[in-house]
Amino acid sequence: MTAGNATADVGATGETLGPAMRRRLAGFIRTLRDNGFALGLAETRDALRILASPAAERPSALKPALRALCAATHSDWQRFDEIFEAYWRGRGLRRTTQLSGTPSEHVKPQRRLGQGAGESGAGMADHVERRDGPEADNPADGSGRKGGASRAENLAATDVRHIADPEDMAAAYELAERLARAMRARLVRRQRARRSGRRLDLRRTIHRSISHGGTPLELVWRRRKPKPLRLVILLDASGSMSLYTAFFLRFVHGVVDAFREAEVFVFHTRLAHVSDSLRDRDAARAIDRMSLMAQGIGGGTRIGESLATFNRWHAARVINSRTAVMIVSDGYDTGEPEKLAEEMRRLRRRCRRIVWLNPLIGWEDYAPEARGMQAALPYVDLFAPAHNLESLAALEPYLARI
Amino acid sequence: MTLTRAEIARGLEAAGYVADRDLAMAVWLMDFLKRPLLLEGEAGVGKTAVAKALADLNKAELIRLQCYEGLDQNAALYEWNYQRQLLAIKAREGTGENADTVEEHVFSEKYLLERPLLAAIRREKPPVLLIDEVDRADEEFEAFLLELLSDFQVSIPELGTVTATSIPRVVLTSNGTRELSDALRRRCLYHYVDFPDMDREARIILTRLPAIDSALAHQIARMVAAIRKEDLRKIPGVAETLDWAATLAGLGVADLRQEPEALHETIVCLLKTHEDRSRVTPELIDRLLGKVA
Repeated sequence: MTAGNATADVGATGETLGPAMRRRLAGFIRTLRDNGFALGLAETRDALRILASPAAERPSALKPALRALCAATHSDWQRFDEIFEAYWRGRGLRRTTQLSGTPSEHVKPQRRLGQGAGESGAGMADHVERRDGPEADNPADGSGRKGGASRAENLAATDVRHIADPEDMAAAYELAERLARAMRARLVRRQRARRSGRRLDLRRTIHRSISHGGTPLELVWRRRKPKPLRLVILLDASGSMSLYTAFFLRFVHGVVDAFREAEVFVFHTRLAHVSDSLRDRDAARAIDRMSLMAQGIGGGTRIGESLATFNRWHAARVINSRTAVMIVSDGYDTGEPEKLAEEMRRLRRRCRRIVWLNPLIGWEDYAPEARGMQAALPYVDLFAPAHNLESLAALEPYLARI
Repeated sequence: MTLTRAEIARGLEAAGYVADRDLAMAVWLMDFLKRPLLLEGEAGVGKTAVAKALADLNKAELIRLQCYEGLDQNAALYEWNYQRQLLAIKAREGTGENADTVEEHVFSEKYLLERPLLAAIRREKPPVLLIDEVDRADEEFEAFLLELLSDFQVSIPELGTVTATSIPRVVLTSNGTRELSDALRRRCLYHYVDFPDMDREARIILTRLPAIDSALAHQIARMVAAIRKEDLRKIPGVAETLDWAATLAGLGVADLRQEPEALHETIVCLLKTHEDRSRVTPELIDRLLGKVA
């Protein structure tokens, strides 16, 4: 805004601050960038101004000042103190300054600098301790990105149950979540383009102009207001699905976060409505809570009865004319197939589309022979595989057409 | 007029907002670096109150823009007063003026309706501009806002470019409904407003309700802190604490331990959903009270 002043100030700071101090500050900014902070030249300039100002007289004041300037998100805010201490007071963590950009090194210090929680070793919780939200999309870690992309391609094609390495697993979870977000963005864009045809509603315009002596003061526009697509996800969390549940939970968490209209239910022998606990933006916490609820009590899957509960208690509330119901299950049902067929029929009448995602389709030689699956198939609009990220991504064009 | 940090903290407190040291620093930086301040935090931690106190502190006008989905430039920036324009055209019909003159006349300042953003940059004395819940507005609006916040000028096609007569102090708040763009985040200073710790909350109660007994204020603050640790759907904010404190003071309660009845009956001030209310049972309240009081 006041560019002239700012340049003058930088000149002034150049004189008052020794070159050593300026180098030191530049190093700090670089360290922050290496840790995923989005900082540009303007921030460096302002940091110099802070350093030359009365705020820098005491280090206790310098820290909050630089934090207010450099942090841009809550997670930056939480990590800042640790990085600051490490850099200016040289307490441990020297490694952060040596980063030169290889992807694996990028990942590790970030993780170390995270809140240090999640060492419990309890299942997936420790792979997802830091959520790399959209804020990770900054040019600063561009090099890390490129490295990640090819790895991501491999991961996308791998059946989730074959991913053993915890790092790969974490990456797959993250991809699943990002995929959900990207789907939402593209679906919304399509809707916007369709909406562009605005026309004058002449009848109502003229009607309203009567009170103004026939001059059309208020123009009334006619515009089709598209209802957003609503997704209702029914996720099978029974024992036979256990290899996939954690993965789908991540995908579903991304969906709930990105789609304004999404409802999620988890079922094994009974049905649980979990949208609210998933709405926590912290993926690790949301999924921790979720996994507790999702743990099967044993005794197999009762898809039919779970669907009956859904139809009876939830369907009227969560299903509208533009709802796609997505059932994620392997179709192994310990209940009566007739019951399942009956409930599928009811559900079919209510919603626009039923998508059944079955991770087993990805297996070689799979045929939907399970009795439950046989019973449900006639009512399913799309029966698709869902054993890896590619198969999830393939859903998007289908959803866009609904 | 540059205030020091301590003066800012005192000034905010005088305006009814008990700030922590970090916030005072962020406010100082706002003036020093001329950057807007982005406040994030849970609902009810007093983000909006910061802007109000800031306006008080600087004895400036507070201009508030509440964001919502579908907010557009017409509602945020300016609008022409069409009715008056048409009236003026009609009135000039017979006078024989040429069309250009009439057009120039009806697209003049006189027929311009200021909306918050335009108002904020055309004041004599810099006001405080509060852009509340910016995450609710659409992405397009955010981009427009970014442009305004860096140039502080807007162009109105019929009138030309309007340059700011004074640069407002801008406070943005966000609840995390939608992820804000990196560009906007980078443009702003950032402060995360957390729930106040017990001491600060007690001071807030005492600042807002000067008549209340100091021991009771501390008891209330400890009790609220304990309740926040429970697994609730809607964690009570500072506003709820103040409601509750006012209620207890109004009922003449002097010591929570003496009057568990009143405590049970008034706890509804803190718990706003049915689920939470059934979770926080009288037994749980008594247990928490035993721990904190």
